[in-house]
Amino acid sequence: MRLEPITNPSVLRQSMPPILAILGAFAVAALLALIAGGDPLAVFGLIIKGAMGSKFALLETLNRATPLIFTGLAVAVAFRAKLWNIGAEAQFYAGAAVTAALGTGVIAAPSAILLPTLAIGAALAGAVLLLIPAILKTRLKVDEVVTTLLFNFIFLLFISYLLEGPLKDPMGMGWPKSARLTPDARLPRIVDGLRLHWGFALALICAAALWVIDRKTTLGFEMRAVGQNVEAARFAGIPVNTVVLKTAILSGGLAAMGGFSEVAGLKGSLTLDLSPGFGYTGIVVAMLALLNPLGVVFAALFVAAIFVGADSMSRAIGVPTYLADIMLASALLMMVLAILFSKYRIRSG
Amino acid sequence: MTDHDKTAGRGTPVLQMHKITKTFGNVIANENVSFDLHKGEVIALLGENGAGKTTLMNILFGQYTADHGTVSVFGQRLPAGNPRAALDAGVGMVHQHFTLAGNLTVWENIALGTKGLWGLSMHAAAAKSKIRALSQKFHLDVDPNAKVASLTVGQKQRVEILKALYRDSQILILDEPTAVLTPQETDALFATLREAIALGLSIIFISHKLHEVMAISSRVLVLRHGRLVAERATQDTNRDELARLMVGGDVAQPDIPMRPAGPALLTLNNVSTDQLQDVSLTLHAGQITGLAGVSGNGQSALSDLICGLIAPKSGDLLINGQAPKSWSPRRALSARIGRIPEDRHKTGSIADFDLTENAILETYAQKFAKRGWMNWAGAASHAQHLIDTYDVRCPGPATRIRLLSGGNMQKLILGRVLEEDPQIIIANQPVRGLDIGAVNYVHGRLAAAREAGAAVLLISEDLDEIMKLSDQIHVICEGRLSPAFARGQLDAANLGKWMAGEGGTHAA
Repeated sequence: MRLEPITNPSVLRQSMPPILAILGAFAVAALLALIAGGDPLAVFGLIIKGAMGSKFALLETLNRATPLIFTGLAVAVAFRAKLWNIGAEAQFYAGAAVTAALGTGVIAAPSAILLPTLAIGAALAGAVLLLIPAILKTRLKVDEVVTTLLFNFIFLLFISYLLEGPLKDPMGMGWPKSARLTPDARLPRIVDGLRLHWGFALALICAAALWVIDRKTTLGFEMRAVGQNVEAARFAGIPVNTVVLKTAILSGGLAAMGGFSEVAGLKGSLTLDLSPGFGYTGIVVAMLALLNPLGVVFAALFVAAIFVGADSMSRAIGVPTYLADIMLASALLMMVLAILFSKYRIRSG
Repeated sequence: MTDHDKTAGRGTPVLQMHKITKTFGNVIANENVSFDLHKGEVIALLGENGAGKTTLMNILFGQYTADHGTVSVFGQRLPAGNPRAALDAGVGMVHQHFTLAGNLTVWENIALGTKGLWGLSMHAAAAKSKIRALSQKFHLDVDPNAKVASLTVGQKQRVEILKALYRDSQILILDEPTAVLTPQETDALFATLREAIALGLSIIFISHKLHEVMAISSRVLVLRHGRLVAERATQDTNRDELARLMVGGDVAQPDIPMRPAGPALLTLNNVSTDQLQDVSLTLHAGQITGLAGVSGNGQSALSDLICGLIAPKSGDLLINGQAPKSWSPRRALSARIGRIPEDRHKTGSIADFDLTENAILETYAQKFAKRGWMNWAGAASHAQHLIDTYDVRCPGPATRIRLLSGGNMQKLILGRVLEEDPQIIIANQPVRGLDIGAVNYVHGRLAAAREAGAAVLLISEDLDEIMKLSDQIHVICEGRLSPAFARGQLDAANLGKWMAGEGGTHAA
């Protein structure tokens, strides 16, 4: 048995992987729901209802999708240029930390000035955080998978130090959390009375902007060239190292904007459990989206819906929420497999 | 020629290859090749790159299956296409590129595959003592407990030879064994080989180095274009004759008129890099300079240097007499150097990009973008223009380039280069793998660029191609460049000698 490349896959074949992955994930989940003593159809029904069955549920899903769009975009833009950024988690926290540090009254300015300042400050922090591994990669050929991954742990400890030290809320009764953001530093709701903040709109704008960069600008062309064939890109005179560094700035900045959005839009303060692994889930989101910036939005919505829906389902019938994690994990595995089979076919002999 | 008649009456040959023919598509790699190898004999297999030496040995070793012909060892026919059979019959091969695991020790590498994987450690003591005995017998000094990664190239080769001897091989095949060795290591290798012959082994020695062939072999077989063109007893021949036989007496006559040299557009003065030594070269306007040589002798390094991928370590690179401030692919492009790379798949194009994107890979920033925004409409019409002008057969500019044939891909790259009106053109193996129509097309375009006043450097392993197109010729060997020869100044024997690194030592 051997794999044979398909030279010109049809559009149908190319769009198969995400669909197969989602179907596969549901199949695995159905099996596990049975084992856990639930009726699979009822479980799925409750997940869907919990994710979008009511206005409240839908808004909850959109809120949950917001940080995932940012981290998903961060991973997608980096992976497209073959910069393996596993550190979106740390960059996310970097953005959150800057927001918490500067948004608690340090800078006194009206919202119209303060919010862009916070966003840009957060993005810069994330960019710097990814620039370090990127420079190590371009200068010393240090593997960025290792450095970005390890940065996650180092940076989370650093956040822990900040929350016990300089950023600790004096009124927090000893809890490791930052002070609350001033009202001027909060992202307002898109529609009064609905619990959905402007962070979601910002995420959509970032996705659209990234799509435009990818298709319409020289940077997008250069990033794709470097990602697909670095040797040919270098030969053609594309400044490969500069492109990698620019990619790092974009990617780190996007992940950090997620942290800004989460603190300024949703939580209002920084805690150590701000992210339940948004940076890592961003990898799943980016892969499900086949690294397409617009696809990231849909993949993030799907992933968020599963999490939100599983929470609600679990409260209703007692099948554990771990089902959501397993669904995501199996969706990712199926995706990798399905991508393989969208490019190759099996030949016997 | 039937070599069987000549060698009859010397007992059964230990190895017999009979009427071997092998084709790849419509390329003939071996045609009706027959020879015998006798006990205690060293035969040298001599030929240029692509003459069919390696294919022949791969057939013997079961890596390839011959279209016709048989291989017999000790009178037994070997089943086709089974490397195990050759090994078991006592044929050992020392490859040019070593097949050793660097993180294992010497004895582990040698014993690997002789016993089951789990049984290996139980046989350690026996294996080591056998290796020590062999080392002593054949003067192959290596420590069985050393890690292979820590060994020198010469020592690694000794491990490869020990690997063959450990399996009680009676026939040793050495593929270009001296290519990686220092002269001292070469002498040591030859001492080992003489020892092996004295002990009754038989050896096939593949090389293109004439002095080594003369030193070690008792018979020489010359392959050219897949055919066995000559067989000589080593004592009855000499280097001049072998050089002539290897290159072929009939050097192709140029079919484009000679031109006087124009001004020097690119000059290298005593340039050295990691792989080039003291290279001096001048490319003149309106001339094609051919660079001949056996592959792997520094052609890639010279091409990379002029293409901007590497900078000189010492010496000067001058363009129009001026030294550029820095050197990079962008600098090379802005100095109007057109580059046709050796590997059109890996270096020349991006497989999953479409023709438009590939067409503008070198010029997008200058010609198809404004303030960072791409002008895709302009790019697509440029690609369409290249497709029309350079006869690229394809469904359209939105086709991914991986779907194109090699010839059409090369035409697009050629168009990308020539459309920028380069003053200097580096064409590295520009027609390798192309069919005859595409070959003629590319050659015609290069000749036309020369007529238009460009200075062309043509790097090729195909001597006929070099001879046909070049106004002046350099030969490269081990990173050193021969002086420039005007067209017609270099005959086959001389060329062969320079390629073997012996030019200038006699009557050059």
